[in-house]
Amino acid sequence: MSNSKILANGVDVYYGSKQALFGISMDIKEKEVTALIGPSGCGKSTFLRCINRMNDLIEICKVSGSIKVDNEEIISSSTDVVSLRSKIGMVFQKPNPFPKSIFDNVAYGPTIHGLVDSKNELEEIVHSSLKKAGLFNEVKDRLNEPGTSLSGGQQQRLCIARAIAVNPEIILMDEPCSALDPIATAIIEELIDELRLNYTIVIVTHSMQQAARVSQKTSFFHLGELIETGDTKKIFTNPDNSKTQDYITGRFG
Amino acid sequence: MFFWSLVLIAVGIFSSFIYGRSRIKLNSKKQGTKSKSLPNYYAQYVLMWCLFPALIVYFSWAIFQEQIIQNIVISNFEFIEGAAYNEGLLLAEIRNVANNPSFADGKSVEIINAASQYSSLRQISQIAFYLSIIIIMLLGALYASRKLKPEFHAQHTIERYIQYILIFCSSVAIFTTIGIVFSLIFESLRFFAEVSIFEFLFSTEWYPFIPIREGQTAAEGSFGAVPIFAGTFLVMVVAMCVAAPLGLLTAIYLAEYASQRVRKIVKPLLEILAGIPTIVYGFFAFVSVAPFVKAFGQSIGIDASPTSALAAGMVMGVMIIPFISSLSDDVINSVPQSLREGSFGIGANKAETIKKVILPAALPGIVGAFLLAISRAIGETMIVVVAAGTAPNLTGNPFENVTTVTVQIVVALIGDQEFDNPRTLSAFALGLVLFVITLFLNIIALQIVKRYRERYE
Repeated sequence: MSNSKILANGVDVYYGSKQALFGISMDIKEKEVTALIGPSGCGKSTFLRCINRMNDLIEICKVSGSIKVDNEEIISSSTDVVSLRSKIGMVFQKPNPFPKSIFDNVAYGPTIHGLVDSKNELEEIVHSSLKKAGLFNEVKDRLNEPGTSLSGGQQQRLCIARAIAVNPEIILMDEPCSALDPIATAIIEELIDELRLNYTIVIVTHSMQQAARVSQKTSFFHLGELIETGDTKKIFTNPDNSKTQDYITGRFG
Repeated sequence: MFFWSLVLIAVGIFSSFIYGRSRIKLNSKKQGTKSKSLPNYYAQYVLMWCLFPALIVYFSWAIFQEQIIQNIVISNFEFIEGAAYNEGLLLAEIRNVANNPSFADGKSVEIINAASQYSSLRQISQIAFYLSIIIIMLLGALYASRKLKPEFHAQHTIERYIQYILIFCSSVAIFTTIGIVFSLIFESLRFFAEVSIFEFLFSTEWYPFIPIREGQTAAEGSFGAVPIFAGTFLVMVVAMCVAAPLGLLTAIYLAEYASQRVRKIVKPLLEILAGIPTIVYGFFAFVSVAPFVKAFGQSIGIDASPTSALAAGMVMGVMIIPFISSLSDDVINSVPQSLREGSFGIGANKAETIKKVILPAALPGIVGAFLLAISRAIGETMIVVVAAGTAPNLTGNPFENVTTVTVQIVVALIGDQEFDNPRTLSAFALGLVLFVITLFLNIIALQIVKRYRERYE
């Protein structure tokens, strides 16, 4: 049994006066893929964005409760958000490479965090990150071309490389394949499976097949509440809750 | 005369509308069928046929009447080439006598006769004018009323007419611009016939005074516009030194740091700056800033003149801040939120995100904003007229008097000189240069902004 990496306890989220999450408590294990599933607007992305305090960017969003990462409380005004985010990488729904070269996109994180002392070191990190993201062979001859010139799937892998370049422990993925075609999706899913060996991954997905394929644990959200969480195999074959049963068999959502 | 004809036309269109409306109702009742369009469209159809021919008559009368009458009157006189007594003066005299008989004393018989001919021609023309307006309106209404049948698609026709009207309106601005460009070009050609284009563009002596009479001992004028371009450039540089940092930092604050509430208050306030009449900026520059610049210059040991490039440039810089801040704010805001999230997600702080991600992404748009501001700055007139001086100094020292293209155009056109000498014609050449420069800046700026938009939307 692996250790727990993220421990959420009674997390409430409000957008203005509207409550979006109701007392979410959840235990996310180290070096596993945890999938968050549920119909649109159920709060799964909101919960994901609590883990790296991304909701801070939304003025009207209020988060309360407790989330501990490596036993350290992060829902607190004294949390160092910058170092938290360097420990937790994030990949977004739509590939969002910066309007810079492929090399600079990956080098961005290590540079701002002062992780490197020399140009060689930086090059090494960039190359190894691109390799880990399975992109290096495709782009090694054109590292100076803009990141936006790549295809959608390549852009998404570039964003993954950018996230792992700062050597995080956790990677959050917010529907990383929803803007991609099936082939690019398959490549990313394969990549997630490899990354699991070194990183704790939390992935939000609309596709139940994807959740079943890539994750070890699955959590089902509905109307801002966590309905059921457990081993992926169990959730998809023999869920405890009838709502989960209805959702995975396609009766709503 | 033209006022009462407007009343006449108004009565005409009103009655044609009523007529069209009742006539189509009557006709469809007679035939026992419903008309294809609503009665109002038939009424509008009659109205248009009544109004537009009348307007054409109205305007052609307004434009040509005086010219034709003058030609008839003047044809009785013979002119000797080179005589001091020219057509313009003669016509003015005839008009004076015609309008005010007490001026007739002491004038020659020819002039008095011409004046009475002038008056009677005007009376005839007036009667003919009213008659033709009435006739043309009746003819228009008659033509239109023949179509007032239920099976006529009045609405389709009206929509087509409206489209013509819209096309006409939008082409007015375009043709005016083309007209301005051609008048600039032709008048400039007249100037370049007397002053060589190379002297104008490359010589450094601007002394636009020429002898008015033959044999006058005044110096020959020289028309080297380099000091003027240099002065314009200097003022523009000073203005951009003020406006670029202030405007850009304001935009960054508004777009990235300010709360919604602050933004809502500050942005309109800044835009008020753009609405202040430039002459007000001008006397602010002259009364408040220029003495300060002079005092400051003296305190650091530079002899500053009472009007200077620095004073004018600084105030002009304040004037164009809203152009830069408002446009840059829009571009920064249109950088997609996903880029900000991407940067924050890696653990970048706000300053790093702005410096390394947002500004590079918004750069083309910001450059576009700067270019638009520059073209506004070099076309600006009143501030520099009041606060920069009129001396064509070729200098890089902003504490000195300089002059700009716009100022020299004003200077050239002040006073009642005719457009027959290089001094006044130089205004057109300067205007042409200014027009070409701002046109290019605007085209480049718009291209840059456009390319940027294509990339992110």
